Amino acid sequence: MKRLLLIVLLWATPLMAVQPDEILDDPVLEDRARDLSKGLRCLVCRNESIDESDATLARDLRLLVRERLVAGDSDAEVIDFVVDRYGEFVLLNPTRTGANWLLWAAGPLMLLLAGGMGLVYVRGRAQSAAPGEAPLNDAEKSRLDEILRR
Amino acid sequence: MAHGALSAYVCGMITELGHFALVLAFLVAIVQTVVPLIGAQKRWAGWMALAEPAANAQFALTALSFGALMWAFVVSDFSLQLVWLNSHSAKPMLYKISGTWGNHEGSMLLWVLIVTLFGAMAVWFGKGLPPTLRARVLAVQSAIAVAFFAFILFTSNPFIRLDTPPFDGQDLNPLLQDPGLAFHPPFLYLGYVGLSMAFSFAVAALIEGRVDAAWGRWVRPWTLAAWVFLTIGIALGSWWAYYELGWGGFWFWDPVENASFMPWLLAAALLHSAIVVEKRESLKSWTILLAILAFGFSLIGTFIVRSGLLTSVHAFANDPERGVWILLIMAFFMGGALVLFTLRAGAMEAKGVFGLVSRESALVVNNLLLAVSCFVVFVGTMWPLVAEMFFDRKLSVGPPFFNAAFTPFMIALGLILPIGSVLPWKRASVLRAMRPLRYVFVLAIAIGGLAYAMQTGRGLIGPIGMFLGAWLLMGVVVELIQRTGRGPDRLGRLVRLPRADWGKATAHAGLGVTMAGVAGLTAWTIDDIRVAQFDTPWTVGSYEFTLTDVQEVRGPNYLSTMGFVTLSQDGSVLAELRPERRFYPVAQMPTTEAAIDYNLARDVYVVIGGEQDGGGWTVRVYVKPMTNWIWIGCALMALGGLLSLTDRRFRVGAGAGKRRQQAVPAE
Repeated sequence: MKRLLLIVLLWATPLMAVQPDEILDDPVLEDRARDLSKGLRCLVCRNESIDESDATLARDLRLLVRERLVAGDSDAEVIDFVVDRYGEFVLLNPTRTGANWLLWAAGPLMLLLAGGMGLVYVRGRAQSAAPGEAPLNDAEKSRLDEILRR
Repeated sequence: MAHGALSAYVCGMITELGHFALVLAFLVAIVQTVVPLIGAQKRWAGWMALAEPAANAQFALTALSFGALMWAFVVSDFSLQLVWLNSHSAKPMLYKISGTWGNHEGSMLLWVLIVTLFGAMAVWFGKGLPPTLRARVLAVQSAIAVAFFAFILFTSNPFIRLDTPPFDGQDLNPLLQDPGLAFHPPFLYLGYVGLSMAFSFAVAALIEGRVDAAWGRWVRPWTLAAWVFLTIGIALGSWWAYYELGWGGFWFWDPVENASFMPWLLAAALLHSAIVVEKRESLKSWTILLAILAFGFSLIGTFIVRSGLLTSVHAFANDPERGVWILLIMAFFMGGALVLFTLRAGAMEAKGVFGLVSRESALVVNNLLLAVSCFVVFVGTMWPLVAEMFFDRKLSVGPPFFNAAFTPFMIALGLILPIGSVLPWKRASVLRAMRPLRYVFVLAIAIGGLAYAMQTGRGLIGPIGMFLGAWLLMGVVVELIQRTGRGPDRLGRLVRLPRADWGKATAHAGLGVTMAGVAGLTAWTIDDIRVAQFDTPWTVGSYEFTLTDVQEVRGPNYLSTMGFVTLSQDGSVLAELRPERRFYPVAQMPTTEAAIDYNLARDVYVVIGGEQDGGGWTVRVYVKPMTNWIWIGCALMALGGLLSLTDRRFRVGAGAGKRRQQAVPAE
């Protein structure tokens, strides 16, 4: 009875990511399918691609991707097909459209900005005259010496 | 029966004692926040000195409280709601203990325990600090503790009792029942919370209104310790994900992973900028800002994990309402510190003068790359939220974005590191610095080129990783040789180099090893999925696999389907692998236990799936080159940090030198 229960439970939770019966005969198409799957999100999981996910819905999506590829769709057409049905949320690689350019440009823009500020700072240090001296009083100085000497 | 009643009574007493200690610690923390701060302002020595016994008492009380909770888990006292929800009497002892922090309430108690531990450590090792600075550091540290004590007591009290204790518990999430994960949270928390010390030093210095070389020296060991703990914690988590989640990924750019990675990046930047403060009295206000931000990102990390605002594979115990609390705590500490910063940072005039090309400038570039890469991770992590709130787009930001946007910064960092690391202070020439490095640079390029030639059409990531790994490792060797100078007894001088130099060399080499490992694994993994029939061998790469048997096995609190796979190469058997699928009946959860044959060159990773209708079992096999380099590199980075931490001058800076000097009068 317990054994039966176990089998039923394991049955209910599908077992692995890509299943052997899903794999396409054409290795080139299969490679493309794997690559595409890695960029598509499993909608019912937390942050997993359909290539990695055990969920039934991920399996359906994997089969859908392969079906479209076999039907002769290009990679972009497959992606469009999936996005039409499931929305932008399914893309792990965000598009570069609309406000998303901010996301993609954030790094380079920040690097330019921070780099500019850094350059101004470094040039400032290079050009400044003799350093302002003696904010330490004598007692502090001797204490510092004592620390540094040890 | 009487015995049972007595032990139940004792258990109850211990629990109530723990609860009481927690409340008392909260009150002590309030006193420790207020009194020393006033004392430091008014220069009242007695009021300032109060901070020290208070910090010790706070730590002792919190430790008592945490110990009581752990005790309840160990003896499976199901009269505690928390134990009932997260434990089970049949669970192995290790996971009963780790169950203490495998849930929201317990992990927050661990969080605050570490805050108080660091406070107490500042007392133990901080005898050399000026009294006002010490009082203020301890007061700020205690303020953080106050906020989290209040959070625990008012929203997530671990000591809530059940009127009628249930017969048995509901078990810990089976994914968390793993030695790697048992110790992953404590290390991460030691890291997160360790940065609170840097924060306290920064805020105390802002209140004091001065930052000098000595401050840089005092703040650095704490940052170094926090960074080492973060490194270990992140590596443990990554290693766990690799062998436990069943498809051999080591990093997923999951919001919770990013939450730990951002403080790590900033702590790494802070480590380096504090050197400039210490040696050259420059970059002061930037260092203060980094110290504030690094802890800010730790709070953001806690918030992300605890609020469940961002969907994540990790979000097991979350609750949006608690998230609001953490958000308020974060707003208070970050807002307060940043206001103080804008008011006072102007006074932190830099003193050191240095040329456009110098060690200082190289460290500025290091900070630039680390801080901007942290910003990229931050934007990527938060973007789904921003897009939904402001642009009404429900979208995902996944690994492809991070790989494309983050990796270039790491490549640039690796590229400049060996050069920056040998540049002299003040004024330098890149050409002169490159002279001893040019041969290894050419050699590293040759190694990258060789990797490119040996692979077939697999992109540039592998060759670039090999180049960077070789460049960093050989750069370290050249630098060490250079440090020994000329003339006789170079070996002796090499051995006698300060620990800090050895630490630097080890950590930088570790970074190179990790970079090579990440690139090798990412670029050259091969995998194979098939239905395997018994005793029918198949080959993947140069390896041959045979499934000989599948058995049902019973574990302490799970049932397992265990495959017996023979791994061989060129006719000789390398290993007998035992991949498992486990089922935890109490939690009603299946897990995969991959079987891995480890070595330095590659991991062979085998996962067993379900039995097929037509006979045979699904088996996945991966050959993952250089995987262990990732964790060996992390271990080297952590070791490097520890070596630096034991350098004489930190022990001196922390006050040991003064005591030694008193014992042995002047030479």
